[in-house]
Amino acid sequence: MTSDGTASRVADMEPESQAEGERRRIAPKGPESNSSTATETAPSPVEAKPGLSVTLEKLRAFYGDAEQVKGIDLDFRANEVTAIIGPSGCGKSTMIRCINRMHEEIPGAHAEGSVLLDDADIYDPSVDVVAVRRAIGMVFQKPNPFPTMSVFDNVAAGLRLGSSGRRGQGKVDLQAKVEAALRGAGLWDEVCERLSEPGAGLSGGQQQRLCIARSLAVEPEVILMDEPCSALDPIATLKIEELIEELKQRVTIVIVTHNMQQAARVADRTAFMLSGELVEVGPTQEIFTKPNDSRTEEYVTGKFG
Amino acid sequence: MSAQITSSAKLDRFAVSPARRRKDRLARGAISGATVIALIPLALVLYYLLSKGLSSWSWSFFSTDPTGNTFFKTSSIGGVKSAILGTIEIVALASAIAIPIGVGVAVWLVEYGRASKFAHLVRFFVDVLTGVPSIVFGLFIYIVLIVGTGSSYAGYKGSFALALLMLPVVIRSAEVILTLIPTTLRESALALGAPRWKVIFRIILPTALPGMVTGVLLAIARAAGETAPLLFTAASTRNTNFNLGQFMNSLPVQIYDDVTSPTTAVVNRAWGAALALVTMILLLNLIARLVSRRSRLA
Repeated sequence: MTSDGTASRVADMEPESQAEGERRRIAPKGPESNSSTATETAPSPVEAKPGLSVTLEKLRAFYGDAEQVKGIDLDFRANEVTAIIGPSGCGKSTMIRCINRMHEEIPGAHAEGSVLLDDADIYDPSVDVVAVRRAIGMVFQKPNPFPTMSVFDNVAAGLRLGSSGRRGQGKVDLQAKVEAALRGAGLWDEVCERLSEPGAGLSGGQQQRLCIARSLAVEPEVILMDEPCSALDPIATLKIEELIEELKQRVTIVIVTHNMQQAARVADRTAFMLSGELVEVGPTQEIFTKPNDSRTEEYVTGKFG
Repeated sequence: MSAQITSSAKLDRFAVSPARRRKDRLARGAISGATVIALIPLALVLYYLLSKGLSSWSWSFFSTDPTGNTFFKTSSIGGVKSAILGTIEIVALASAIAIPIGVGVAVWLVEYGRASKFAHLVRFFVDVLTGVPSIVFGLFIYIVLIVGTGSSYAGYKGSFALALLMLPVVIRSAEVILTLIPTTLRESALALGAPRWKVIFRIILPTALPGMVTGVLLAIARAAGETAPLLFTAASTRNTNFNLGQFMNSLPVQIYDDVTSPTTAVVNRAWGAALALVTMILLLNLIARLVSRRSRLA
């Protein structure tokens, strides 16, 4: 579909990563991230950085001794939308929760293998989890704005809670960033009059876009979405899908969905998972029209799951 | 006519049987009765407090210390100023000790300890502490801080005893509230790249605040009404005292002393003091609720 455009974009990025030679490490105060935020003066800072590719290498995830994700190798290309489909309990959510190291928050859970962001292994022992999560945002199944915070504070939360000494940045800067994030999530026009009202007072669809704005505000390179529309009505779902289409200009998106029409509508590439294993991945159209694996065909045509 | 008959015949299968109606009435009667029975002592307590306590309230009741002179006219026995101030001081120090530690333990249990063996052990000991009679805490402080150090009674020692009493209540109630906070809220804050301590201070604790206030108030109310731990830790004195290192009067001890007096006026002062204690806790409750409601977005 958009493979040509993406290929060139990926190619553009390659010289930089090759010049680095070794795998870059994500340090809490890496020179890269500092310089990029310091030099930018654009009114909408969220558009400044392009997305990064994510590569899973032999990723395995466990709950206690139970292996839920059984060795997955998978590429998420920069500035593309990749949908993960598969029946309930196949490990889709667990897998994407490994990408921002959220999986390990569950007591007794751990992950093995590596996840490369661009070409930095986020499972390297020297990596600061907090820095990883600033680079890889996440939107959850149910909209969950912070209940004690206003619309504005919800979006500003990531900037204020950040570890990277942002206390120095002025109020004007914060306001500009919040506005840019809300615009980026297509919510600004609806809430610009109600910024000081509680975030929980918005409608479900608005709350979910607020959550997207909240993760955009910290300028991540990748956004993970775990069934972001499953609690929303069709109209709100459509808005989120349109938003995803826009967002991929600036971030890489991984979306878990149970809705195959949704995968077909938004995703450039689709991966099909079954009982913790990756069955097949490819351009969305191929997966839905002429998949290589018979299990994929059975699933997408509704024969099981 | 015939239409009505058929419709009522159709409705027969939905009719409530007389037997079930009787059982329903019986059950409703039983639970209403239980509610009324439970309310009787409550109402009586309030009635006696107000009828007997209010009559002894006067300006001098709040503005003077007890004189110790209990055999003459009402005016010469003095008020309960030292007891009110003493209770406020002792309970304030106890709260200042127990609330931060208690909330800290609860945060540790929910956010860090979780299902670990040590966390289970801590929970077990907290449960045991909840069931310990208040006099045991008093005795413990008496042995450790008074007999053990060879020193005398002091207000702060009373505060320590009360803090021990409050601690398990604060921990347990705060833990319950923290557990109720949805995991997704925690995760979405962590997913923004917020360090855990900031997630706790800026997201979790503010969200839990209104619920925690209730538990903390329960603990304060319980501590403020305790006599036994104060009897042999803070002792009692007649004079108003702002030094927690000295003997200190308190409302429960004052009531305890007064109520055994043969003089009616002194017994009435006990009623007045009891009413003052209940009013103080009520006021604290109101203030805390207002504050916690304001701190949260409406």
